[in-house]
This record gives sequence, C-alpha cells and structure tokens, in this order.
Amino acid sequence: MSKILATIAQRLGLGVLTLFVVSLVIAGMLELLPGDFCETILGQSATVETVNACRKENGFDQPFVFRYADWLSGFATLDMGKSLANKRDIAELISVRLSNTLFLAGFTAAIAVPLALFLGVLAALYRYSLYDRFVNVFTLTSISFPEFFVAYILVLLLSVMTVGENPIGPNGPWFPAMASVSEDTSFGERLYLVFLPALTLTLVVVAHMMRMTRAAIINLLASPYIEMARLKGIKNSRIIVKHALPNALAPIINVIAINLAYLIVGVVVVEVVFNYPGLGKIFVDHVKFRDVPVVQASAMIFAATYILLNLTADILSIVTNPRLMHPR
Amino acid sequence: MSSVDTSDTGPESLIRAPTRIIQAACAVSLVFLIAAFSTDLSENPGNALIGALLSAAFCAVLYKAWPRLLSDPGRDGVMAAGIGIYVAAGLIYWPLFSANPWSSFAGLAGSLIFLLAVLAGWKEVRKAPPTALFGIAVIFLYVLASCLAPILAPYSQSAPMGGSNLLWGSELKDGGIAYLGTDQLGRDILSRLLYGARNTVGIAFVTTALTFVLGSLLGLLAASMQGWIDQTLSRVVDVLMAIPQLIFALVIFTVIGSGAVKMIIVIALLDSTRVFRLSRSVAMSIVVMDYVEAAKLRGERLWYIIYKEVLPNATAPLAAEFGLRFCFVFLFISALSFLGIGLQPPTADWGAMVRESANLINFFLYAPAMGVTPLLPAFAIALLTVAVNFVVDWFLHKMSGLKE
Repeated sequence: MSKILATIAQRLGLGVLTLFVVSLVIAGMLELLPGDFCETILGQSATVETVNACRKENGFDQPFVFRYADWLSGFATLDMGKSLANKRDIAELISVRLSNTLFLAGFTAAIAVPLALFLGVLAALYRYSLYDRFVNVFTLTSISFPEFFVAYILVLLLSVMTVGENPIGPNGPWFPAMASVSEDTSFGERLYLVFLPALTLTLVVVAHMMRMTRAAIINLLASPYIEMARLKGIKNSRIIVKHALPNALAPIINVIAINLAYLIVGVVVVEVVFNYPGLGKIFVDHVKFRDVPVVQASAMIFAATYILLNLTADILSIVTNPRLMHPR
Repeated sequence: MSSVDTSDTGPESLIRAPTRIIQAACAVSLVFLIAAFSTDLSENPGNALIGALLSAAFCAVLYKAWPRLLSDPGRDGVMAAGIGIYVAAGLIYWPLFSANPWSSFAGLAGSLIFLLAVLAGWKEVRKAPPTALFGIAVIFLYVLASCLAPILAPYSQSAPMGGSNLLWGSELKDGGIAYLGTDQLGRDILSRLLYGARNTVGIAFVTTALTFVLGSLLGLLAASMQGWIDQTLSRVVDVLMAIPQLIFALVIFTVIGSGAVKMIIVIALLDSTRVFRLSRSVAMSIVVMDYVEAAKLRGERLWYIIYKEVLPNATAPLAAEFGLRFCFVFLFISALSFLGIGLQPPTADWGAMVRESANLINFFLYAPAMGVTPLLPAFAIALLTVAVNFVVDWFLHKMSGLKE
C-alpha cells in the first residue's frame, strides 16, 4: 500500500512541477509581446510622461522575475489583478464565467459518459454486426466534423426550423439558438438554455469515448480467462459486463478523463457559436484585444484544469490496477 | 529508399523499362505545360522560364517513377488516358488554362501523382470497402479543386461582383450567374468556396508536411541518439503537451499576431510534439533490432542509420499518422479562422466564411437556400475530414490485419 501512495505522491509532485513550468512558459511568452500595452491603449499622441505613468501604474517598469513572482503569489491567493481593457477585477470577471463553463461541461459529461459507455459496450457485444458497422461509420463521421458544423446543423434543425412550434412559449423555437444565461437564471431554465451547446459537445465527445470503450473491451476478449469463461458456457453479455468490463476500467477511465479535459478546452468554439458567457468566450475576446492579464489568467486556468484532469486519469488508472493495488 | 524496397520483394516489382506509351504520355504532358507557360513569355519571361524548367523536371521524375511504381504494364493505358483527358480539357478551355499556367501545372502534377498512387496500390484499392473508395474519390475532387481553383472559379475571390447577399442563381453585374449567391460584400460564393479549397486545404497540407518533417526527424534522432538529446527533447515535449493546444496557440497569436506564415509555423511546432512521441516510440522498438546493431557495428553514420535502416521500417505507422494529423491540423486551422484568427480578410477561407455568414442561418424559413449558406463551407471542411478518416481507417485496418 505504501508503494502505491509513493507513486501517487510522485505523480502529484510531477503535476505541480508541470503546472509551475507551464505558468512560467505562458508568462514568458506574453513577456515577448512586442511594444507594450500602454503604448497601444494611449495611442500615438501620448506623451512620454503619460506612458511612463501608465507603466508604473500597471507595474510594467519592474523586471520580469519580480512581476512573475508577484503574479504567481497573486494567482495563488486568487488576486489576479485588473483587466487592462475594462479595468474590472479579473477574479470576479472570471469566476462567473468559469462556473458557467463548468456547468456546461458538467451537463455535457452527465449525458455523454453514460451514453458512451452504454453504446461502447453494446458495440463490443455485437461486434462486426450491422449495428457495429453503422456505429463505426457514424462515430468516424462525427469525429471528423468541426464543432461549429455540428453546432450549426443542430441550430438549424432544433431551433431555426422549429420556429413557431414551441410547446412552452408562444411562437418561439424548440430551443434557443443563443444560450444567453445571466447570473439570476434559474437552474431549470439554465438547463434548457444550454441544451443545444451541451448536445453539440456530447456528439463530439461521445464518438471518441465509445470507440475507445469498444476497443478496450475487444482487446481483452482475446485473453485466456475470457476464453475460459466462454468454455464454461457463460452468456456473452455476462462475459462482457462481469469479466471484461472491470479489467477494461483503467483504459476507459483514462479516456473519459482525457475527454473531459478536452471538453473544458473544446468549449471555446461552442461558446463562441452560441454566444455563451463562459471562460472560452472571454478568452477569445481578450486575445483579440491583447489584454494580457486576462489572457494569462484564463490560459492558466485552462492549463491547470487540463493538467489536473490528466493527473486524475493517471492516478485513477494506478488505483484501479489490481496488480499495483495488491503487490505480491 | 525505393531501391531498397524493390530489390527484395519478388520479381513483381522489378523495374521495367519505360514503354512507348510512357514516353508518348510524358512528352505530351511536357509539350502541354511548356505551351501553357510560354503564352506568358513576352510579359514575364523569367516566370515562364522557371515554369518550363519545373515542368521538365516534373516530367523527368514522372518518366522515372512511373515504371518503378506501376509494375504491371497493363496499367500504363489508364495513366496515359488520364493524361490524355487532362490535356484535352486543357486544349478545349485553352484561354483559361494558358492564363493560369501555374494552376495548369499544379493540376496536372497533383492529379497524376494521385492517379499513380492509386494505380500502384490497385491490388489493395480494388478490395477496399466502399467507405474507403468514397474517401479516395472525395480526396481526388479536393486535390483537383485546390490545384485548379483559378481555372474552375468563375469569378475572383476578393472582388465584389454584384449586390450583397444575393440568392442562389441570381444575375451579377456582368450578366453572369452566381450559382450559390453572393456574400455580405457581394462576392461570388462558389468562387470563394473553390479558392477556399486552395487556401485552407493548401495551408493545412503544408503545415502537416512541416509537422512531419520536424516531428519525425527529431523523434527518430532522439531514438537513435538516446542520452541527453533524447531526455531534453522529451521533457520539452512533455511541457508543450501539458498545455491545451488551442489555448497555447491563442496565447502565442496574442503575442505575435496572426497571418498565414505565422499560423503554419506555430501550428507545425505545437503539433510536431505528437508526431515526435509517435515516431520516437516506433523508432525505439526498431533501434534495438539486430540489423540496426549490425549497421552500427559496421560503423555507419547516424544519418545512414536513420534514413536507411530505421525510417523504411517506420513508414507504415507514420503514413497513417499523417492522415490523422492532417485531419487534426485541418480542423484546428478551421477552428482558428472561425474564431477570427487566421488568414488576412480578402483571402477566401472556409472557417472565416462560416463565421461571416453565420447569421444568415436565421433566414432559413424565408429563403432556405440562403439559410444553408453558412453550412456550405462547414460542410466542405467536414466532407474532406470524413474522407481522409475513412481512408486512414481502412489503412489502419489493413496494417493491423497484416500484423496478425
């Protein structure tokens, strides 16, 4: 047991180290920005004094190491400074957006993970059948679609084409094409509003997850103990659910975690399509303004989530591995 | 490399001498290309000269490669017919072809390379499942469209040709017809779609090629050298892969600004980490083989070992990875340009076209043709990715089948 704890501690340490290096890389990249923000916002008519004053106010006159240390300690205590573009407090700005993004990702995961597992096991159960072949072509196709294509098709089918058929409101579509939620939107309404973006993301991630689930189970079906179970005369469905699935758990958990990590990042495009006020939307908007503090903070949050989820996958696959859990 | 391959795979792939058909077909294509380039002679002699030299070089390569790749003389006729059809089309539409000699050249070269590849693998292609055949056909259409865009497109990609947001089949200022309507600036959408094939697919292809050269070279180098080079490269790749790609790319574009060349370099750098991992792990299992050991003991140079011993044995997985990477890069570039960070505006680009016309989708009930306008470029992106994925899937299936 201590061995496994040591392995997990080692992975955690490695994760923290990666996070640190990544923050350094992002800060270093943004440091290379040619010209500085003060010159850009004050324009060409600005005098040297006003530019210097602006630099002093934003701390641009300090050397990189100090600013980085300052930023890091600020980030750790959730004080991320102010947006350069609209002077708002970043922590406040981002926390609402982040919770929106997490809501969307969580909603999607709640639909996608059970669906993918179920369909994947089914495909493994009836492999090489007509159903399996159909699933293969279907998933391959939906993996290949750009997110915005899926999104607009869904908008067309479930929103634009259904105008005037809304069962709830008068003359509205089934689902709104714009997921404009605000802070005082109720939970139920929120679910309704984000249905289309969540469905888009579901279609994108389910395909990958179920392909991997199917592959992981089929991979195991060649092992001797499955053959033994088959020779004992156990039903096919029981073999897969009771014998193959528990052993395929590690790769499946891994795939789920990777897809969740993808979800957090993949929301960027979907949020832009549906004009959803999430972290991805704010990130893209501020990239266009070259608003460094906001870009830095949100990039860091994205990277941290990504690393964290990958780390979780890593640790879970250690924990679910019986050979590591019960060493001889 | 081909000489190594062909020497030991049986009498079938012995190099045969070029037949009369091959000689005639190569000569015809050379004459056609030089004629296309020389219409430009008085205005731009340098361009015409370079074009003629390149055509000659291409025809020489074709003359050499053709009998090497097509072991069966029976397929020469198909190849020659392909050349014949292309040249005939070129002669019928001579004003268009001679006005765009580079496109004529690219179109001939692209379609011949494609045809040669399909015929060379004909034994496999014949038994391919319908999805793979569909994929091959679609890829061929995209190759043609992107090579021949200026010849096929009725109008320019950047000049307004009539009123904005015209419906399908509307008449334009010069009396022509905009089959797919016009966009918000009055540009012909069909032309923009065709040029978009050249711009978007071309950039994705160049990026993928660069990704591969970089990634596989470093991966093979790391596996063959091992030691500190391997360690350093692997750790750098670990850090780069820890940051989500889209986010990292957007941070970089915040710093350096956007543009085609910058986009190609940044995406190639970020994406080569994946190729590095794959080629390193494939090469790792090859460098421990006895024949590599023997080559090392013979005192062969590092480049010889990488190029002659390791690379030929790693081509199959790398080829499949090329297809998958292409899809990824293609979708990635489309997503970036959809987000507004891509090519400079007047250039047609599928991702940006979707973004610009996205609002039209709301008019679907009143004018269905106009409502699907934003879906057209998105569909063009999706179709190519699906096609490539089908072919790669078939290829991977074949590879795993051979292994068992």
